[in-house]
Amino acid sequence: MGELIAKDKDVVVPGQVIAKGLDFLPSHGTYRLKDDVMANKLGILSVEGKVLKTIPIAGRYLPRKNDVIIGKVNDILMSGWRLDINSPYSAVLPLKDASFDFIQKGTDLTRYFKLEDYAVAKITNVTSQNLVDITVKGPGLRKLKGGRIVKVSPHKVPRIIGKKGSMVSMIKNATGCKIIVGQNGWVWMEGEPDMEVIVSSVLKKIQAESHIPGLTDRVKTYLEEKTGKKIDLSQINSEEKESEDEPRFQHRNNNGNRPANNNNHGERK
Amino acid sequence: MSEEFERPSKRKLDETRPIEAEAGVIKKADGSARFKIGDTEAYAAVYGPRELHPRFLQDPKTGILRCNYSMLPFSGDGSRVRPGPSRRSKEISLVSEKALIPVMNLEDYPNTVVDVFIELPQTDAGSRCAGICAASIALADAGLMMKDMVAAVSVGQVRGAMIIDLDGEEEHMDENEGTDIPVALIPSTEQITLLQGDGIVHRNNLIKAIEMVKPALKKIAEEQRKALHKKYNTQIGDQK
Repeated sequence: MGELIAKDKDVVVPGQVIAKGLDFLPSHGTYRLKDDVMANKLGILSVEGKVLKTIPIAGRYLPRKNDVIIGKVNDILMSGWRLDINSPYSAVLPLKDASFDFIQKGTDLTRYFKLEDYAVAKITNVTSQNLVDITVKGPGLRKLKGGRIVKVSPHKVPRIIGKKGSMVSMIKNATGCKIIVGQNGWVWMEGEPDMEVIVSSVLKKIQAESHIPGLTDRVKTYLEEKTGKKIDLSQINSEEKESEDEPRFQHRNNNGNRPANNNNHGERK
Repeated sequence: MSEEFERPSKRKLDETRPIEAEAGVIKKADGSARFKIGDTEAYAAVYGPRELHPRFLQDPKTGILRCNYSMLPFSGDGSRVRPGPSRRSKEISLVSEKALIPVMNLEDYPNTVVDVFIELPQTDAGSRCAGICAASIALADAGLMMKDMVAAVSVGQVRGAMIIDLDGEEEHMDENEGTDIPVALIPSTEQITLLQGDGIVHRNNLIKAIEMVKPALKKIAEEQRKALHKKYNTQIGDQK
């Protein structure tokens, strides 16, 4: 009979035996060695019936189709721009995806994006060799002007967004800042300078404490303490429905995991 | 083989020096670790996967691993170690890379490089082994796919006795035929990824030596895993 050695939600490390026996099936971050299931990545174990997989907690951002990210223009190409997306691979923004205008041949491309401009973009395609195409045409996608960029761990992004965006809306409401969280771990914000400072400290706090339960409550008290205002959570949720100026992010499964490598991207809307 | 051989450190023949391991010591790196065994201490920092330049070094099939071993100027016996690549450090960088690559899988990251920097602030023999141990923790800490940790330690023959984890004193005790054999092992499959030798050893003794280090290497691998668990405040004991 199979025996589970590590528990659900445990941190597992490479080479660690998670389960013995053929009753368990290895999935992401795990593999079978003879009769055992072992971890091959640092991560948090998730047991779903017989399937054992790990949710990564370290490592760089790997681009995925339909992710909304923040990129920085790195280079200007013949017919597009190359953006740094905080990943081992850079992304290409082709001309046709950069603007609704018709762009004449030979136009100076810096009229649209200059070097070191930031943009919220959506990944339209990722090839097997990890060549990345992005677009800034779409709801909420645009060039970013003003504000500031804060870098966070891409694995903490689901925690910063929260369930259905609850965490980020709470921060937005408490501080009055505009915030855009890219799946690649870059966060853009704009607001009162002292509020921006509060937001970046909150982001640091979320990153440091995301694995300890009761995160939302702690962030709430922290925000109340810092801003000196009470937060009414029920009000935020109703307000949030009306405001549509910010991009709608795909909220990944609440455990922050990417769905298995299926092509069913429609489901992630 | 004299069973009565007494080690200057009073250690048992198959006892390693005390081990300290820690993960995530270099905050800016993607993964990092410190591994200390006796008076030999290694730091490893992993950067990447990241874009690889010059382009001709890129491999479209997989990411590549690049190790860089280096001793700090004050790390040796007091005579300044000259910084920069030397014949010795280039060799050790190469064998460290070859010791680590069998557990890695970088196929998800074509055309990229993972850089591993190994620095030794203090050495007392067994530095390549300490470097490999530290690098292994750091690579795991960087969230890369690894089928197991790589543990490394030296084994040697001094005055006819087979001993594990030679320190600097033991390495120089036997002027005639002292032997020092660094070994790196993948514990789960018992595959050996590093086996070098300095000195003379009989074939049978070599086989014996390898069998003798395996339990010690498995213990080291446990220490490495413990270091990673400790970073996330989980004890291996909790897991049972």
